Amino acid sequence: MRTESKLGLALLLTPLLLWLALLIFIPQVDVFLVSLRERIGVGQYQTSLANYLTFFNEPLYLWTFLRTAMMSIVATLITLLIAFPVSYYIAKMIKGRMQSALFLLCLVPFWVSELVRTFGWMILLRETGVFSNILQFVGLASGPVEMLYNDGAIMVGLVYTSMLFMVVPLVTTLESLPDEVVEAGYDLGGNGLSVLREIIVPHAMPGIVSGCIVVFMLSLGNYLTPTMLGGKESLWFTELIYSQFIVRFNWELGAAFGFLLLMLSSVIVWGMLKLTGQSLEKTMG
Amino acid sequence: MKKHSIALSASVTFALLAGGSAAHADTLRLLTWGGYAPEDVVAKFEAETGHTVEVTKSNNEEMIAKLRATGGGGFDLAQPSQDRIAGPQEEFGIYKPMDMSKIDAALFIPSMMEATKGNTTVGGDVYGVPHVWGTSGLVVDTAMAPMVKDYTDLCSADVAGKVSYRLKRPTLIGFAFSMGLDPFAAYGDEAAYADVMSQVEAKLIECKPGVKTYWGGGDELMGLLRSGEVVASMAWDTGGWKLNADKPDITFVAPASGALGWVDTFVLPAKGKADDAAYAWINFVMQPEVAAMITAAAGNFTASQGADEFAAADLKAKYQNSFPQAAIDNIKWYPPVPAGLEAIEGGVLDRVKAAK
Repeated sequence: MRTESKLGLALLLTPLLLWLALLIFIPQVDVFLVSLRERIGVGQYQTSLANYLTFFNEPLYLWTFLRTAMMSIVATLITLLIAFPVSYYIAKMIKGRMQSALFLLCLVPFWVSELVRTFGWMILLRETGVFSNILQFVGLASGPVEMLYNDGAIMVGLVYTSMLFMVVPLVTTLESLPDEVVEAGYDLGGNGLSVLREIIVPHAMPGIVSGCIVVFMLSLGNYLTPTMLGGKESLWFTELIYSQFIVRFNWELGAAFGFLLLMLSSVIVWGMLKLTGQSLEKTMG
Repeated sequence: MKKHSIALSASVTFALLAGGSAAHADTLRLLTWGGYAPEDVVAKFEAETGHTVEVTKSNNEEMIAKLRATGGGGFDLAQPSQDRIAGPQEEFGIYKPMDMSKIDAALFIPSMMEATKGNTTVGGDVYGVPHVWGTSGLVVDTAMAPMVKDYTDLCSADVAGKVSYRLKRPTLIGFAFSMGLDPFAAYGDEAAYADVMSQVEAKLIECKPGVKTYWGGGDELMGLLRSGEVVASMAWDTGGWKLNADKPDITFVAPASGALGWVDTFVLPAKGKADDAAYAWINFVMQPEVAAMITAAAGNFTASQGADEFAAADLKAKYQNSFPQAAIDNIKWYPPVPAGLEAIEGGVLDRVKAAK
């Protein structure tokens, strides 16, 4: 009986372990090994840290990473600010079919691919696009307005793309908050703000933290949205990795960038958790 | 023509039956550009030879990256440009030599065949034969931006905010020629090439405020030009001719400093498994009638001897309009890119992209 249950556990774990080992661990090790090679001639390589030094010595690459990280953090905060009231409304203010309908509405955009959604934004924002034409029609603008190819467009795209990944964890945690607790807060003389600060936000914290981590990582690793909406001003770190691998044939530097992205983003998430006094264990419940 | 092709296919079928050895059918995994393997050509080839064809569409960089990732496996026939064969072969060894005895040389325009063989020879072996050729230059809305005659005119204040180009190597090369430099002459000398590129970098950074966006794909560029948001751009000749059909003002202009000429080739990936099918495909698509079908789909002419006769008249007219004899003589054909130059270009492109 005991050996049987052990076997069962092993069999159940096998897909997960295979997944982790074959698709996550081994490729990362390989990427790391490639990143340690330096090209010294045609088809000749030696082991060195030159690629990592390039990252720290060339201000352009470091700057691009910092820019990507900062914009991802801002995108995460904006997503949280928009998603929190939406989630609260869905989880607490309405019930029944209306609740499922609204939740479904958040989901609908994700039935089409990210590419199509991004194209949608391009149609809206471009110089000959919908918004520009409406502004001219209403008389708010005298000529065509270009809203594409800048940081604002990237931000809009990132927030839109990540919204669902913030709403889902928030709705789940907020739904588990009993209405009586909120009522008790008001009975004890609290106002809207203090109830939000003392009761709702602390209860929703695990959802906020997990939502923020997911949205931050998705934004940091996003390729399509910044490239398409940002145009000539995009400059996103994943774009650098892509161009090193594909356009420049420089896999060594690309691999170093990829590995640095993994390390630095982990450090940022860890730092943010420490800064806000949260921990992954608490988040996971 | 119809009669002719039936007679031809009958004779090919006969040859195959007589040959006997080629009777077993293979799957040909073809790594190519959009338009180079149109469905009607594939269907005809499959009907005549019994081989099946799997087409994967790509571009130069992705082709090489894909073959590099597998050490030259996963595909049986690829079509990179001729200047991107010798360098990657020396560096990564992703191709295998062509057996010229299996290729019907009579189907090729002799001068193009010789030039491509010369450009794709590594260590005495020939790695590529020519297929489709064309140029890149300027696509201009002649009503809105008649003053754009050369690459550097894209920086002119008259068209500021309404120009676009790719942030890729053809732009660097084109701007260098337009600035009176000769990047091809500097190919052999990394220091000289870096010097040329740093001048181009300064120029591109200076031009950046006037650029609408750097286009990434052909469809994106078409959208920009069609909507009128962009009136002048660097692009391929076929892009200009396609737009010309919709908007007569837009056409391809060979730049004063010379259009950049490219030749896409056939190469055998190192671990290709269906060489016979690959050679059969090459000899099949180089027949004048079939080559004309590819010209109709891709918009570019091929290295097939005699295919011009079968090409559509309107395409020929557009070609002659964009290319007077002097412009043809002025085409700058890409020489093979030595391994390692991409790193220099990469740094330049990254810095231009990051410039404010």
